[in-house]
Amino acid sequence: MRGGKRVWGIWRVPAALGVLTASGLVTALVADGAADVWSWLALATPLVVAIGCMRRRV
Amino acid sequence: MTNTALRRWSWIHKWTSLVCTAFMLLLCLTGLPLIFSHEINHWLHSDLQPQAVPAGTPDASMDQVLAAAQARHPALVPQFMSREADEPGMWFVNLARTATDREQTHTIVIDARTAAVLGEPRFDEGFMGLMLNLHIDLFAGLPGTLFLGLMGLLLVLAIASGVVLYAPFMRKLDFGSVRRDRSPRVRWLDLHNLLGIVTLVWAGVVGLTGVINTLGEPVIKLWQLDQMAQMLAPYANKPVAAQRASLQASVHAAQAAEPSMRLGFVAFPGTDFSSKHHYAVFMQGQQPLTARLFKPVLVDASTASVTDSRELPWYVTALLISQPLHFGDYGGLPMKVIWALLDLATIAVLGSGLYLWIARRQPSSMAEEEAGGEGAAA
Repeated sequence: MRGGKRVWGIWRVPAALGVLTASGLVTALVADGAADVWSWLALATPLVVAIGCMRRRV
Repeated sequence: MTNTALRRWSWIHKWTSLVCTAFMLLLCLTGLPLIFSHEINHWLHSDLQPQAVPAGTPDASMDQVLAAAQARHPALVPQFMSREADEPGMWFVNLARTATDREQTHTIVIDARTAAVLGEPRFDEGFMGLMLNLHIDLFAGLPGTLFLGLMGLLLVLAIASGVVLYAPFMRKLDFGSVRRDRSPRVRWLDLHNLLGIVTLVWAGVVGLTGVINTLGEPVIKLWQLDQMAQMLAPYANKPVAAQRASLQASVHAAQAAEPSMRLGFVAFPGTDFSSKHHYAVFMQGQQPLTARLFKPVLVDASTASVTDSRELPWYVTALLISQPLHFGDYGGLPMKVIWALLDLATIAVLGSGLYLWIARRQPSSMAEEEAGGEGAAA
């Protein structure tokens, strides 16, 4: 179980960002309007997260 | 992961990356302006504007438009004709010495209402032409394109092996940790892992669709030998008509056959997209996704009547869907800006990876690594 937890801890955020990115890539392809706005938010989130991590003091 | 497995994946990651990195940096840098090529070309050729005409002026016939383009270059033959969805006032007519010559083509811009020649922009010259050539084939034609496709495949392998290596590196670290108090090598390793993992899906999709795009020419060849050959079977041994029927009548016939679609482009007889006997009228859908796909309607070039029309096979559809996913041109200007930022992040991943490899080869940092116990190296 501890191994499973560790895997979850490592992959939780990357997996969420990956799913978000994939949704952003697809929605704008199949629809316009709100789907485009969703794709902007979804595709920009990984960049925002990365910048947030870089600014964070550890 | 066992030490042997870790060493193996590290070896794969190192070598797939090292071989493709220089080319990927070139592709990322040349791709940056290409993301905005529509906007840049509009700006570079802002003098190309439809003439002012009273509202309600009808379109000139496509035959008139074609004649105007050919009058400018009587020795050349037409290849393609199209107009952009956001600028219906101008036709783009491609002319060349032969119907299949792709090296020296001329693009003549014609006013859609008055059939006056508006200009002859050289999209293949200047800065953007240079970027395009470097990005597509390194000035080496199909072999250059296929070579870049191979490099793209290595990139996809490098990304996959990087994902495998991510877990053992992050075992003792929180997501997004950047250890700034440690050596530059550790800091860059953390940045490499962070930027690499957050851009993973985007870089994987753009890399993979780029590889698919490099197969464009062979895919079109396959389509000609497969579906096109079937559609043309009834025309085997028929002589080519000396006189071509009206282009406008041919496009009308295609439009009547596909009333819910709109004209994408016309391929004139003899090109790689048509046959010696046909205008190929490529119709496109009106929905965001179907507007990216085409349905070729073959119109007999001697009678202007529709002879066949089929949905494109899956492999051409895959190619056409890969294009927007690689270009990032399907979600307005904000998407293009995000595409450019993700491209810059990828340059940082490539650059930091290269730095990590170079820094690893310095004896001093090797010693530091031994002492610092930073775990396995990339």
